[in-house]
Amino acid sequence: MKILVLIGNVPDTTTKVKFNADKTAFDTNGVQWIINPWDELALTRALELKEAAGSTIESIFVANVGRSETEGTLRKALAVGADEAIRVDTDPKDAFYVASQLAQVAKGFDLIFAGIEASDYNGAAVGGMLAELLGIQSVSAVSGIQIESGNLKISREIDGGSQTLAMNLPLLAIVQKGIAKEPRIPAMRGIMMARSKKLTVVAPMEVETLTSIVTFESPAPKAACKMVAEDQARELIRLLHEEAKVL
Amino acid sequence: MSVLVYTENWDGKFKKVSFELASYAAKLAAEMGVSVSAISLGPVEDSELAKLADYGVGRVLSASCKDYNSLDNQAIATAVAAAAKHVNASVVILAQSNLGKAIAPRLSVKLKAGLVSGVQGLPVSLSPFTVKKMVFTGKAFANTTIHTAIKVITLAPNSFGVIENKVQEAIEKFDAGLTEADFTTKIESTNKVTGKVLLNDADIVVSAGRGMKASENWGPIEELATLLGAGLACSRPVSDEGWRSHGEHVGQTGKIISPNLYFAFGISGAIQHLGGVSSSKCIVAINKDKDAPIFEAADYGIVGDVFKVLPQLIEAVKESKS
Ligand SMILES: Cc1cc2nc3c(=O)[nH]c(=O)nc-3n(C[C@H](O)[C@H](O)[C@H](O)COP(=O)(O)OP(=O)(O)OC[C@H]3O[C@@H](n4cnc5c(N)ncnc54)[C@H](O)[C@@H]3O)c2cc1C
Repeated sequence: MKILVLIGNVPDTTTKVKFNADKTAFDTNGVQWIINPWDELALTRALELKEAAGSTIESIFVANVGRSETEGTLRKALAVGADEAIRVDTDPKDAFYVASQLAQVAKGFDLIFAGIEASDYNGAAVGGMLAELLGIQSVSAVSGIQIESGNLKISREIDGGSQTLAMNLPLLAIVQKGIAKEPRIPAMRGIMMARSKKLTVVAPMEVETLTSIVTFESPAPKAACKMVAEDQARELIRLLHEEAKVL
Repeated sequence: MSVLVYTENWDGKFKKVSFELASYAAKLAAEMGVSVSAISLGPVEDSELAKLADYGVGRVLSASCKDYNSLDNQAIATAVAAAAKHVNASVVILAQSNLGKAIAPRLSVKLKAGLVSGVQGLPVSLSPFTVKKMVFTGKAFANTTIHTAIKVITLAPNSFGVIENKVQEAIEKFDAGLTEADFTTKIESTNKVTGKVLLNDADIVVSAGRGMKASENWGPIEELATLLGAGLACSRPVSDEGWRSHGEHVGQTGKIISPNLYFAFGISGAIQHLGGVSSSKCIVAINKDKDAPIFEAADYGIVGDVFKVLPQLIEAVKESKS
């Protein structure tokens, strides 16, 4: 069995988000890049499955659509334990564009992991689009995955509860929190080994984008917090009722 | 041309978000000068389907086959795409819910329609079709244009509201042409959250963090939530510790919610936490540390001990109700 984990390259979660002067582009100056948090959990789970007793997983590939600057992020995925990496050499223009680029390298995998969204554009789209382009089944909001004597057991969150599913391969699992406990951190040995692992660069296909960002806006500045004394719970309820009108 | 809305149900009853979606679709269709219809999948009684007419969507296509209850992503996307073709939809609207997020991308590819997810309110412009969405987990918004003839959007819950607007109902049976073999998602067990307000549907959310110290201290949090008819949420370490279920975790790596009122008890207000809640209309923070960053995001605050404040708040809510 072959697994592919999609790897998004996103700004560190503590980044102060700034834009250029006419607010048409994200200012990447001084930004630290990380593996999209859900993709990191997906990779961790894929590695656990591969290491499990009786596993039939031969290899775990990681793939990213991005320019050479994103190779650091892919190398980190290799350092954590992925076997090979693929980078489609182009800017990730929109979700459909990215999914279409990935579709050309994602064929032949039995199980594909995508994160439920990327923490930059919060598109929640690439995984589902890729499944549709490949014509394979997808399950979203996956919070657990088990392989029991070759059978795939998936836990997913639904709006109002959770479910356990029996699924067939090939499958694209769109994962969220819970899939792995803690993301794996690369060890020194892994970092050394990553240098010699294969990273294939693939030329992009001609694909049209379907959407484009025209301008960015920052949230409206917030008024100062109104403080209420510790023993004035009744006053707080009154304010929420009469002033904020939310009760 | 028309606007189509996919109204999700839960056990045959529409969720609140479906009525918000219907209200939104009706308004958008009116602005565009086109008709509006809804697609409902799975068994839902006519009396329930008719409720959409209270929010401006009279024409409802209903595919009542129970197989849809498996929430099979491929099958549901196929059915919604068939409905979109049937009504010649130029805009298809879904909820930014677990299910909506699963279906919208597949639908986008099927219909060759650009997708924007997590849309806030009505489009900023109809031509070109431009909508506002949250990006960088609440740290900014992006006005995004969809270039294709058909557009797919998912609406952020609570970003528009539920608006009554009674129209004549017209319910039609709809067959998307699927057979049993098209449903390959096999459910082995379901664990339903019963008797509780769904977090994404909740107008009020009561949330608590590590300041609660231990899972056995959640009694008053639950009591307050019940009194207010509120949903329950928590910070990430709380669900990591297993004090509460993952379903309650809000923030950058959890759920993103935007209730009218968000209570944060013993939550420091880390940037990753705020990402999931900052679009709440009103945030109330209770924290013993006056310098906790949560107070920068909050509208109302109490510097104090949660264990002292909670019982008083519960009393005050009870008083205000009587
Ligand atoms: C990649 C990444 C993603 C993350 N995603 C998320 C996410 O999605 N959601 C999330 O929540 N976090 C997330 N985090 C974690 C985040 O950084 C914080 O660690 C977390 O939000 C802190 O949770 P907390 O506020 O409950 O706990 P703490 O930071 O420990 O805060 C507890 C607070 O309770 C107060 N307190 C203690 N006792 C009392 C008392 N008796 N009365 C009143 N107040 C009291 C303290 O003053 C303190 O402010 C993420 C982190 C990373 C690195």
